[in-house]
Amino acid sequence: MKKLSAQYIRPPQYFTFNFKELWHYRELLFFFTWRDIKVKYKQTILGFIWAVLQPLLLMLIFTFFFAQTLKISTNGIPAPIFYYSGLVLWNLFSSALNFAGNSMISNAEMIKKIYFPRLIIPISATLVALFDFFMALSLFLLLLIYYQWSSSDLNINYFNLFFFIASATLLTLIGTMGISLSLAALNVQYRDFRYIIPFLIQFLFFVSPVIYPITVFEDWQYLEYILALNPMTGALEMMRACFVEKANWLVVQISSTAALLYLLIGVYVFRKMEAYFADLA
Amino acid sequence: MKPILEVHQVSKQYKIGAKQEAYLSLREKMSTFFKKSPSTERFWALQDIDFQVQEGECIGIIGKNGAGKSTLLKILAKITPPTKGHVKYHGRIASLLEVGTGFHPELSGRENIYLNGSILGLRRVEINAKLEEIIEFSGVEKFLDTPLKRYSSGMKLRLAFAVAAHLEPEILLIDEVLAVGDTEFQKKCMGKMDEVSKSGRTILFVSHNLGAVKNLCKQSILLNKGKIIARGATADCIDTYLNTNVTSTNERIDFDGPMASYFDLIEPKINGKYLGHERLCFSPDESIKIELPFSSLFQQPFRITLSLFKNGVRLFSINDQLAKSGSSRFTAVFELPSYFLRPGIYAIAIGGNNGNLLDKWFWKEDVFSFEILEVWDEKMEAIDWGIIKVKAAKTYRIL
Repeated sequence: MKKLSAQYIRPPQYFTFNFKELWHYRELLFFFTWRDIKVKYKQTILGFIWAVLQPLLLMLIFTFFFAQTLKISTNGIPAPIFYYSGLVLWNLFSSALNFAGNSMISNAEMIKKIYFPRLIIPISATLVALFDFFMALSLFLLLLIYYQWSSSDLNINYFNLFFFIASATLLTLIGTMGISLSLAALNVQYRDFRYIIPFLIQFLFFVSPVIYPITVFEDWQYLEYILALNPMTGALEMMRACFVEKANWLVVQISSTAALLYLLIGVYVFRKMEAYFADLA
Repeated sequence: MKPILEVHQVSKQYKIGAKQEAYLSLREKMSTFFKKSPSTERFWALQDIDFQVQEGECIGIIGKNGAGKSTLLKILAKITPPTKGHVKYHGRIASLLEVGTGFHPELSGRENIYLNGSILGLRRVEINAKLEEIIEFSGVEKFLDTPLKRYSSGMKLRLAFAVAAHLEPEILLIDEVLAVGDTEFQKKCMGKMDEVSKSGRTILFVSHNLGAVKNLCKQSILLNKGKIIARGATADCIDTYLNTNVTSTNERIDFDGPMASYFDLIEPKINGKYLGHERLCFSPDESIKIELPFSSLFQQPFRITLSLFKNGVRLFSINDQLAKSGSSRFTAVFELPSYFLRPGIYAIAIGGNNGNLLDKWFWKEDVFSFEILEVWDEKMEAIDWGIIKVKAAKTYRIL
């Protein structure tokens, strides 16, 4: 038998991050994600179409009520594109936060019985939301092509579009992971977070520029910069950056910094509590 | 040779509050935040556990419920961290703490093989390589593409064990996997584990089935209240285990019936051991002597009845003689021969009556129970199926 190096099991003492181990378990990450996607759409007639249908219907409602009836500004962007881009990105954030934030509890039975890096669970929950996001995004591209073909005043640089959407998605993922890692870990110990998460999502929906542009706050000094502490503020600004003359890049920068900070805090909190999940869950 | 697994002074402490309540609420935490927190009760589930295992050894871990067996395995499986001490090991540790962990009812059998395998730490290529073998061992080929929710519990178990049995870690932890399933499948599992241990892998085996431990492991560790009290040959550990005394309880037994108020049962014993909260266990090679000391104020002749139940079925009833009690205290004794009861859990019902009139009686079911342990022995042949072994029966052939 080949010589195997010694490994140790010790009481948790200091903060470590074992990336090598996480990499070793990458297949498990894949299987968890695959399982959740598969189970999510099992026994549904429409299947993956649900991922597209939800933002599509909401977009139609918002376009009718907010843009047509209430005449709320969409910053010069055609209303359907404005709302759909916002809703698709927002759905990624909210469903990842909801799913990942509760993921440790819904997988408690497994945590109590078998060891694997616990980070895999919230990460895979986020990837499931990302899958839905890509489904919905494909309709967004069709919508853009339709608008370009029907009206000539919408000029899109597709290279910029790809870059902005990719960056906005990345920023959203970093922000959600950061927040949901803390929530998932705290949820194991304090089940209060089960009630806090839906409330938090609803609260953030109203302070994020999903159904209104960030420019509505222009008259209030600094308010937009405080709101930028919410990673979604910057992410949504970036998502729509290629449809406006000039995006508010300072907001994007603040949001990106905040998101990275949340991620560091999230990983720290999660790793710190990870060892005791089996005792607490 | 250097040991493959070294456990050094490992202790595990639980806060009793944290363990009993599933989780805390934030309000509780906040309300105690400013106060000096009251000294929470703590208890040591494991204390200074220290042992070494050589490569290829198969070690049994035995002990009563709550002795710390499962906690020890959880620490070795990295599910929960030790409070003190450390463990040093070489290679991969895989655990079968419960087969079928992570099975999803909506996925098919084949999909679950991949999912379960990867949870247990197998790579996809490894699963691909062993897929045929796993399917064959499980015996559910026909239903591989059926969702797991349509499987019977036996089929699920077979599939789960098949995946687990094809893990090839250097150290394998097994906890009570044989508690379920039919006898034939249990035999198959035992055979597989035997094969695994002979292939040079190291096994730590926790089970209440002492026969299985004796069969599989030459060496054992006996735990009691979180401490190792014996380490050595399995047979010696089992002897020590069976002779560990149980403290008595002073709970009064409330009989039913018109005679109930005349009789009091005081500290019944089986084979000299008092009945406590924990179930008494006996080996099949022991005869069973049940002693029932009574204090009675009944002035007419009576007899004491004892019935044995298994799974709610009354196996038999035995009575002592119909007689007046000379004094207010007497002990009714019932003896059963060795190799009479097959392994299993038996419940005892105790009563009395005034003979064939049966107009006066007292009775109580489930007064206590005891267990005949599965200790395999050449005197118990495989063909002796059934709950009891009948010695009185005559068998002959007429040609």
